[in-house]
Amino acid sequence: MFPADFFALSDFGDDLDTGFSDDKDLLKQKRKPYEVEFKVLSPAEIEREQLVQVKEVSAILGLPPESAAILLRYGRWNKEKLIEGYMEHPEDLLEGAGLGTNFEGTAKTEVLDDFTCDICCDEGPGLETYAMRCGHRYCVDCYRQYLMQKIKEEGEAARIQCPGSNCNRIVDSKSLDLLVTDDLKGRYRELLMRTYVDDKDNLRWCPAPNCIYAADCGIKPRDLRRVVPTVRCACKYEFCFGCSLADHQPAPCALVKMWLQKCEDDSETANWISANTKECPKCQSTIEKNGGCNHMTCRKCKHEFCWMCMGLWSEHGTSWYNCNRFEERSGTDARGAQAKSRASLERYLHYYNRYANHEQSAKLDKDLYLKTEKKMTSLQSQSGLSWIEVQFLDTASQALQQCRQTLKWTYAFAFYLARNNLTAIFEDNQKDLEMAVESLSEMFEKPVADLAGLKVDILDKTAYCNKRRVILLSDTAENLKKGIFCYWESMKNLAGAMLMFQIGEWTFNVEW
Amino acid sequence: MSSQKRIAKEFAELSASPPDGISVELADEANIYEWKVCIDGPEGSPYQNGKFLVKLNMPTEYPFKPPTISFKTKIYHPNVTNDDKGSMCLGMLRADEWKPSSKITAVLQFARQLLEEPMPDDAVEGRIAEQYNNDRKRYEEVAREWTRRFAMADHFHNTARVKEVQFN
Repeated sequence: MFPADFFALSDFGDDLDTGFSDDKDLLKQKRKPYEVEFKVLSPAEIEREQLVQVKEVSAILGLPPESAAILLRYGRWNKEKLIEGYMEHPEDLLEGAGLGTNFEGTAKTEVLDDFTCDICCDEGPGLETYAMRCGHRYCVDCYRQYLMQKIKEEGEAARIQCPGSNCNRIVDSKSLDLLVTDDLKGRYRELLMRTYVDDKDNLRWCPAPNCIYAADCGIKPRDLRRVVPTVRCACKYEFCFGCSLADHQPAPCALVKMWLQKCEDDSETANWISANTKECPKCQSTIEKNGGCNHMTCRKCKHEFCWMCMGLWSEHGTSWYNCNRFEERSGTDARGAQAKSRASLERYLHYYNRYANHEQSAKLDKDLYLKTEKKMTSLQSQSGLSWIEVQFLDTASQALQQCRQTLKWTYAFAFYLARNNLTAIFEDNQKDLEMAVESLSEMFEKPVADLAGLKVDILDKTAYCNKRRVILLSDTAENLKKGIFCYWESMKNLAGAMLMFQIGEWTFNVEW
Repeated sequence: MSSQKRIAKEFAELSASPPDGISVELADEANIYEWKVCIDGPEGSPYQNGKFLVKLNMPTEYPFKPPTISFKTKIYHPNVTNDDKGSMCLGMLRADEWKPSSKITAVLQFARQLLEEPMPDDAVEGRIAEQYNNDRKRYEEVAREWTRRFAMADHFHNTARVKEVQFN
């Protein structure tokens, strides 16, 4: 999706000489107000991180490493809580994690006389068998087949149970190593790593296609109202740590989500998603209801809730019918909201057209870059400038793209802002950046012959664009941090969406 | 194929000593992956005296993948879809809950148990579940009526007779 040379484009800025003295402090700051602290982890580093924790817990609790790993996964890698829980009720914890209290014996396959496998009904002699510490013994072929099905077809790794019915013992990595082929072991480790990153609140996979890195950032879901945590992966892709979407500064995640939903309201896909899916109230994963009953269990975080009212299933009991009433009420709400949105359609279109315009320009990024390259080559031959001397075009092209990306989101942001002084300042910043971008864009499209003469102007304008962008982002980030923006009519929804993030955080903190 | 041996064994055991109110036969002698099961409506339930034809299909990956069951006889029940599929929502038959050592006999007994005690919380027919919770008497009346109309003729072998009974 993103060619390598595209990423190279955004690789600029910090060391640029702006040529302006005011706001120099802002530009010189090491970390700007809109930047967050993060680091990028490779798969090897993630694996090492897991291993260190497994070893630590294994040593503290005196459990075999493979069992400590299961325990850690069960406790979502919250070591302190886990150790505390273990000290208080070791049996309960071990049972809950699917470990049991017996740690005797080593994992090995055995050949038993007079054995019939309960799965395939094959019987000895010479049948190789395996059982975990729970003692449920099956032939190695069936065990292998079972594990293969779980890992390959169901993509399960951390929660593979003993094949015995009603036995909740988790298959540990030692048993797995003993039984399956090397390629399956690789897949198993990969899946475990995926669960690890999913389980840890401070880790998130880079969403770029085929990217293998994860970002490590301390921003909590509850912080997302006040921070827009853009991180830059080792693959150079810039994405939001809060929601995994492409960088959407300065607009906060909840607002971006609402905006995108609004924009896509007419498309079939969006209709389908809103009709058939909901977000897990705990971890916000999008869930499709594929038939069956209202009792939902989130595949990712195992949260149990009711499809109709999204309430906790445990509090639900047999009051199934309550959900019907809820549905009716929310139906009227929806109808009311529809009428409102028609009334504000005109307002929306104002912002949408501007947003879409910048998005369109952003989509032409690649063309622009290719054109730039051509221009640079022909400029070299026509004016006798060296390659280094025509780099200013490349820099200008990068600035244009990045500024348009920011501008695009300022329109989505402005759509939700209530009219007040703060918004006026925001829109002034927006206007300044937009004017700078448009005039740079105009220069950029001049005939090649004129470009050499415009070099100084283009350099100045590029620096000015970048400066305006930094000012806009810093200003907005600081105001967001202070929580002083006021939102417009959809504020009720927005507050709701923000609350969702918080709920996610709370439930995680109090669970297990 | 290991699945054949296992299915054959389970079928033999079920045929030799069937659980209460359950009998099995093959839909087609040449194909052991498809069973015809007859479940007798449990006594004391509105399905009493009814005979319910249930189709049980085993995937070729059985027992590593779960079987599916569907009611061929129309039934008024919160956990059975009221359409031509008649599928039943059973937790143990979900791919992630199913264990290769789970047995068909347990599945069938559980299904019959469900006729005796519906689980409105896990309903597939919300309307019926609601009625079951709020107006048990009416639910039982309708379930009994449906049992009389659809599950009491010997339509296992002779569907024409169902029509006769209905016309009379």
